[in-house]
Amino acid sequence: MTFDDYAMTTDDASTFLPTSPPASSSAATRPARPTPPSHSAPPTPGRARTGGDDDRPVTSEGGVGVVLGRGGEPVAMTGPGRPTLGARLMGLAVADLADHDRLYGAVPWRGPGGSLLYELRASGLTGRGGASFPTWRKLATVLESARRGAVGPPVVIANAAESEPESAKDVTLLLRAPHLVLDGLQLAAEAVGAGEAVVYVKAGPGAQAMHRALSQRHATGRDRCPTRVHQAPATYLAGEASALAAAVAGGPARPHAHWLPLAERGIGGRPTLVDNVETLAHLATIARWGAGWFRGVGTVDDPGTLLVTVTGAVRVPGVVEVPFGGTLGELLALAGGASGPVGALRIGGYGGTWLPASAQAEGVFSRAGLAAWDASPGAGIVTVLPAHACGLSQTARIVAELAGQSAGQCGPCVTGLPRLAEATAAMARPGSPVGHTVVSAYTHDLGGTDSPGRASQPRPGSVSGRENPAAAASRALALAALVAGRGACHHPDGVARLVRSALRTFAADIRAHADGYCRGSAPA
Amino acid sequence: MARTAQQTGPLRLWIDWTACDGRGWCTELLPELLDRDPDGYPIALDPAVGQTRDLTVPAPLTGHARRAADLCPRLALHLRPASPDVGARA
Repeated sequence: MTFDDYAMTTDDASTFLPTSPPASSSAATRPARPTPPSHSAPPTPGRARTGGDDDRPVTSEGGVGVVLGRGGEPVAMTGPGRPTLGARLMGLAVADLADHDRLYGAVPWRGPGGSLLYELRASGLTGRGGASFPTWRKLATVLESARRGAVGPPVVIANAAESEPESAKDVTLLLRAPHLVLDGLQLAAEAVGAGEAVVYVKAGPGAQAMHRALSQRHATGRDRCPTRVHQAPATYLAGEASALAAAVAGGPARPHAHWLPLAERGIGGRPTLVDNVETLAHLATIARWGAGWFRGVGTVDDPGTLLVTVTGAVRVPGVVEVPFGGTLGELLALAGGASGPVGALRIGGYGGTWLPASAQAEGVFSRAGLAAWDASPGAGIVTVLPAHACGLSQTARIVAELAGQSAGQCGPCVTGLPRLAEATAAMARPGSPVGHTVVSAYTHDLGGTDSPGRASQPRPGSVSGRENPAAAASRALALAALVAGRGACHHPDGVARLVRSALRTFAADIRAHADGYCRGSAPA
Repeated sequence: MARTAQQTGPLRLWIDWTACDGRGWCTELLPELLDRDPDGYPIALDPAVGQTRDLTVPAPLTGHARRAADLCPRLALHLRPASPDVGARA
C-alpha cells in the first residue's frame, strides 16, 4: 500500500511538456513564444526509475501541449482526454536553468518591503504542506517581527522533508521544476528581507536535484540571498516546522514547545519563515503572473491548483496537479481510475482521514468540500483502499507505525499512542465467532436490548487476552480523546483523527469483527 | 513571564508538554479547570463533546491560575494572552 516508486509520476501525461507547439492555439496564445524545450533533450531528470525495464516513451503524446497566455503564463493544457487547467506548476516544468529562464523569464524581483505580500494576499494562496495557512500572513508576521527589531535578519526555509511516507509530490516538484521552487524561495527571502535561505530536503533524488540546481544558479550569480541545503533526517516528525527549525539550527529534529510562532521567533530567535516547496513554487508563479491569473482556476476559498499524490489501488499511482474543487472521483480518474472496487479512501496520509467509498462522487477536493468528513486537503495525499482489504487492520498498522515515530517528549503522547495502537490492533482482530446474539457495546443502540449474549462478552477495558473488537473500539475512542491536542506538536492529533475516522468509516467492519469475521481479506 | 503579568484581557493556560511529567500540583491548585488523566497529567475534558478543550482562564480564577503556574515544579505551566493562533489544550 505504500508508495514505492515516485517516478511513476512521469506516467501521468498531463504533466508532460509538449514536443511540438500547442496543437490548439487559443486567441490568447502568443505565437512568437519560443517553443518550449523538447521533452527528449533534457531527458526528464524526474525519471529516476528504480528499474528501467518499463521505460515508456515519454515524448509523443499526440498534440499534448501547454497553451500560453499573453504574458507567457500557462492558461491551459491541450490534448485528447486530458485535464485542461491543472498545469500551473507541471505544465512548463523544466529542470535546466537556461530552459527555465527561456520559459519563465527573469526572476520578477519586487524590491524589499513586501509589495509581493499584497499580491499573495489577493491570490489567496495557502500553504501546501498540510496546514493550509494563508501564505501572505506568515510572510507578514515575519516581516513585522523583523521590523519590530529581532535579534537578526529573518531566515527563510523551503521545506521538502516530505516525511509522510505516501507523499511524493515534493520530490516530484524538485525533480521537475527545481528552479521554480528556488525562485520562490528567493522572492520570499527578498520580501521579508532574509539574510539566509535554506532548502531542507530529505536525502535522495530531491536533494541531488537541489544541489544541481543551486550550483547552476551559483554559476550565473542569480540568487541574491545566500542559499544552502540542509539534509532532513528520514523520520516522520522531521518535517514538522519546529522540528525543522531545531534541525537547521544544528540540533536533533525534534518538535519544540513554543507559544510564539516560528515566524516571530524561530532559529536563534530570528523570525523564521517555513514554507513547503510547492507553496514557494506557486509563489513564484504568482509573482510573475499575478493574483488574477492564479485565481483563474480553483474555488473562491481555495484558488489555484495543488499537487496530489494518488496512491494505493489505482491503475497509475503518481502525482497529479489539479485545481481545487473537483470531485475525488475525478482525481482518481487522473490516476487511471481505481484498479478494482473501492473500499474506502484516505485523505492526508498517515495522520489523515478515512472516507467511505461513496465520497468519490460526493467529495469535493477543497477545504470546504472535505470539512464534512473532518478531513482537509492537507499535504495532498489520496490513498485508495481496495474493497477486499480490511480498513481496520490498515489503521492498526498505521497507528502502530505512528506510535513508534513519537519523539518521546510529551507524556500523553508517550503513554497514549502505544495504548491507542494496542486498542486499534485489538479492533482489527476478528473476535471469536459467537453468533448473532452478541451485542457490541460500541455499535449497537443499547436501548431496550438486554441480550443474554452481553454477559459473555469480555469486559470493556480488559487488555489481557483477546479483547472484543467492539470494546476495543470504545477504548480507542476514549484514548484518542486523551491524546488529541496534548503535545508540543500535532502528531497525536493526527493519530486521533485517523482513529476517529476509522471508527466512523469502518463501523460495519467493527461489528463484523465483533461477530467473529472480517469483511475484508487483509491479514488481521 | 514578567511580560504576561502585565497583560490584561483573557488569559489562557499553556502547558509545555515536553516539560510536564504529571506531578499534579496544578490539578490540586486549580481543580476548577484541571483534572488528572489516568497517568496523572493535567487534563480538561469537555464532557459535552468528549474531547479536550482549550484552557481559557475565567477572570475570577486568574489569581489561582497564576499561583498554579508559579508553583509548577517543572515550570511547565504558563499563562499566556489568549491569542487565537496559540491553541493550547489540556
